[in-house]
Amino acid sequence: MIEVKNLTKYYGDFLAVNSINFKINKGEVVGLLGPNGAGKSTTIRMLTGYYTPSDGEIFINDISVKDEPIMIKSFIGYIPESSPLYKDMVVYDYLKFIAHIQNVPDNLIAERIDFVVEKCGLEEVIYKKVGELSKGYKQRTGLAHSIIHNPQILILDEPTSGLDPNQIIEIRELIKELGKEKTVLLSSHILSEVEATCSRVIIINRGNIVADGSTEELLKTFTDVEKFIIKVKTKDDTEKIKNLLKIENARISVADGALKEIVISLPKTNEIEETIYRKIKETDWILYEFRKEEQSLENLFKELTMEDKNV
Amino acid sequence: MFNFKKTIYITKKELRSFFYSPVAYIFICIFLVALGWLFFSKFFLYNQLEMRDFFNILPIVLAFVIPSITMGLFAEEFSSGSYEVISTTSVSTLDIVIGKFFAAILFMLIALLPTIMYPLFLIFLGDLDLGPIAGGYIGSIFLISALVSIGMFASSLSKSQIVSFIIALSISVTLCLLLGLMKSITPPFLVDLIDYFSFSGRFGNIAKGILDLRDISYFIAISVVFLFLTYQNLELRKIG
Repeated sequence: MIEVKNLTKYYGDFLAVNSINFKINKGEVVGLLGPNGAGKSTTIRMLTGYYTPSDGEIFINDISVKDEPIMIKSFIGYIPESSPLYKDMVVYDYLKFIAHIQNVPDNLIAERIDFVVEKCGLEEVIYKKVGELSKGYKQRTGLAHSIIHNPQILILDEPTSGLDPNQIIEIRELIKELGKEKTVLLSSHILSEVEATCSRVIIINRGNIVADGSTEELLKTFTDVEKFIIKVKTKDDTEKIKNLLKIENARISVADGALKEIVISLPKTNEIEETIYRKIKETDWILYEFRKEEQSLENLFKELTMEDKNV
Repeated sequence: MFNFKKTIYITKKELRSFFYSPVAYIFICIFLVALGWLFFSKFFLYNQLEMRDFFNILPIVLAFVIPSITMGLFAEEFSSGSYEVISTTSVSTLDIVIGKFFAAILFMLIALLPTIMYPLFLIFLGDLDLGPIAGGYIGSIFLISALVSIGMFASSLSKSQIVSFIIALSISVTLCLLLGLMKSITPPFLVDLIDYFSFSGRFGNIAKGILDLRDISYFIAISVVFLFLTYQNLELRKIG
């Protein structure tokens, strides 16, 4: 449905998106995850034709965006971050206007408006100006905007940013609902959001895809690695600590402080706790804390997108 | 590429959004008061029943007011982000440019419409030659279209309405006023060149009642050039 090949975007000399490839199949709900400035919005803006890629190609339904920009846009429902709609228009007029320019046949417009108003729960605000709506309703209007022409693909940039927790849950439910019949690509820097709404996650950092897979798959790869956090009081320096704790295949990092915090990550092995404990016992360190870190998508995200400052 | 129906929807939407805000009505009032005052303050001095002076003042007044109407056309959409929303629907850049262009022209014509009262009143004062007046109003459409396209281009340059306004004002005032004023201090061989570009010079002919195709096509050419530049500018934005 969506296929991206070597997609690259430069802003002047700055490389925002670095030759990424991915494919999204019909019916998938995909989360594009990454910290702020990772290239999510840039990628999305290229998919929706707002930006021209510096290099690479995008195919939607096997049609190149480059060749048929206008036609492609009619397959896609897109709403940018924080729904910047026309503030001075009444919701009903706005939806009608969008229906017109999105090629909804005249005789179906009333029907489509009724449908999206009901689906997005806009009955109460239909005669209010967009500029007077609360953020939650504004976001709903944005979603109504994006589905008015019944597109096969829905692209949402940070659909829940700036909403309160209740509104977030409502919008998520709405996206899930829409995801039943449409292919959805949404971007977010909030993990729980992606975990809650998406079946697949693409993690992007500094313009590169660092992970791509189903939510469970990603968690599984990650849980094959174990991580221990040890806090000790010692006068030994980083080098010495690393030497004393040397374990095969393990990555050790040490953070300074009143207590030294040692992080050991290594592939899952039996009785590794014992090995580590014995090694510590041989030293003159005073042990304050020794724990195994819980595995979650949150940690995976941190691991993949943060610079390892301690090493 | 160009879809007439969608263009009309955009024109309608833009025209309505002009009138959604009270600014439009205030604008029209100020425009009419300024124009009326400038015209009638001299009208009775000459003891002549004609509207030539009205059409001589018109380009100068328009040069100041049109930039304030056009400044928001793109700049405001860039800064609020709504341009991203509209440009990712299935309309082309050309639809948007032409749609907004028509809307701003129509708005200005609506603002100008009440001045039709002047000739209607003047008819009662004596024998009024309606030919030049009709010609003047027809010429105004082309003058407005040229100034609107300049304003639109300026608006597509910046996120800031103020910056857009100043750019548009500089270009329009130069063409409508400064070139005319410069004529007296320019070397003779350049006078023809100034006459060629000066809006007030060109429109002066129209005000006299001479509806010359060369003058009309000059205004059309200016409109086309600036619409093209606006279009190019918007396309360039996609490169980021």
